[in-house]
Amino acid sequence: MANETAQPSGKGGAKSKALKAAFPYTIPIMTGFLFLGFTYGVQMNVNGFSFVYPMLMSMTIFAGSMEFVAVGLLLQKFDPINAFFLTMIINARHLFYGISMLDKYRHTGLKKYYLIFGLCDESFSINYTAQIPADVDDGWFMFFVTLLNQLYWVTGSTLGGILGSLFPFNTDGLDFVMTAMFVVIFLNQWMQEKNHVSSILGLVLPTICLVIFKADHFIIPSMIALLVALTLLRKPLEKKEAAI
Amino acid sequence: MTIPQQIITVAMIVLGTMLTRFLPFLVFRSDKPTPKYIQYLGKVLPAAVFGLLVIYCLKNVSIFSGSHGLPELIAILVVIGLHLWRKQMLLSIAGGTICYMMLVQLVFK
Repeated sequence: MANETAQPSGKGGAKSKALKAAFPYTIPIMTGFLFLGFTYGVQMNVNGFSFVYPMLMSMTIFAGSMEFVAVGLLLQKFDPINAFFLTMIINARHLFYGISMLDKYRHTGLKKYYLIFGLCDESFSINYTAQIPADVDDGWFMFFVTLLNQLYWVTGSTLGGILGSLFPFNTDGLDFVMTAMFVVIFLNQWMQEKNHVSSILGLVLPTICLVIFKADHFIIPSMIALLVALTLLRKPLEKKEAAI
Repeated sequence: MTIPQQIITVAMIVLGTMLTRFLPFLVFRSDKPTPKYIQYLGKVLPAAVFGLLVIYCLKNVSIFSGSHGLPELIAILVVIGLHLWRKQMLLSIAGGTICYMMLVQLVFK
């Protein structure tokens, strides 16, 4: 693993190297975030908010789906407690990201606080699966992935807030870029792993929960179902791991 | 809502979001060994979460009405096909997205 303190000659070099390695991974997210951020900014704009709102909210909240929900919350009666608990529920999946990144973020120094702050779906997926070259510093690579993603989102939502609904061409379907990205990340994981139990559970249990609980309420039941299933399967799964 | 009320509302959303992101790191501090069970979860959860994220993206697709989820199905098959063929992340994503945009704009209107 590259260690910046061990390379006194190339501290700046380590950073620019990490930035160069990180950027290509973020290109699909650039497309997705500029577009989705833009639509969020437009939403705020047409509901009468200045572009300062989406800009500051993207900088501080930086959780896409929650920011869309926040548009509605800001238009309703003042209820901060409800806003807090609704946020915890919608963003509960971050708990899983944190648990998965405990090790990878461990030795990243002060950057760790920003990495955790910016731990969105996309940054998690890239930072967990990316094959970081041996001569690139892991911490800086993950830092730039997170920072670039947030820059795309803030830029998109600010532009949307300024321009409103004056967008010149037909973008119907462009939001599929995020779906396509998660399909690819799922495939990459599938091709790397030794057994597919967890991947298959990850598709099947949420699908069942989606049918039962419907789109707005299926995430928490899915997380519980996955936790229970993976806990029950711990012995056989750990045995399989050890046998290979 | 007045501006202070808006600020408080946004602050609560920031607080809620940050709690979900920081909590695992606060509970399992790096100066102490992480419990074996949590280490196990850290290994097996990501694969399951990637599946969950795919389903999450498709949560509003309705199989029984509209275009019956066909544009999504076709575009995902294109993504998978391109990815198995070339293993070029950007090509698979761009190909699938362009295919989907053409389907929803020109075929399944």
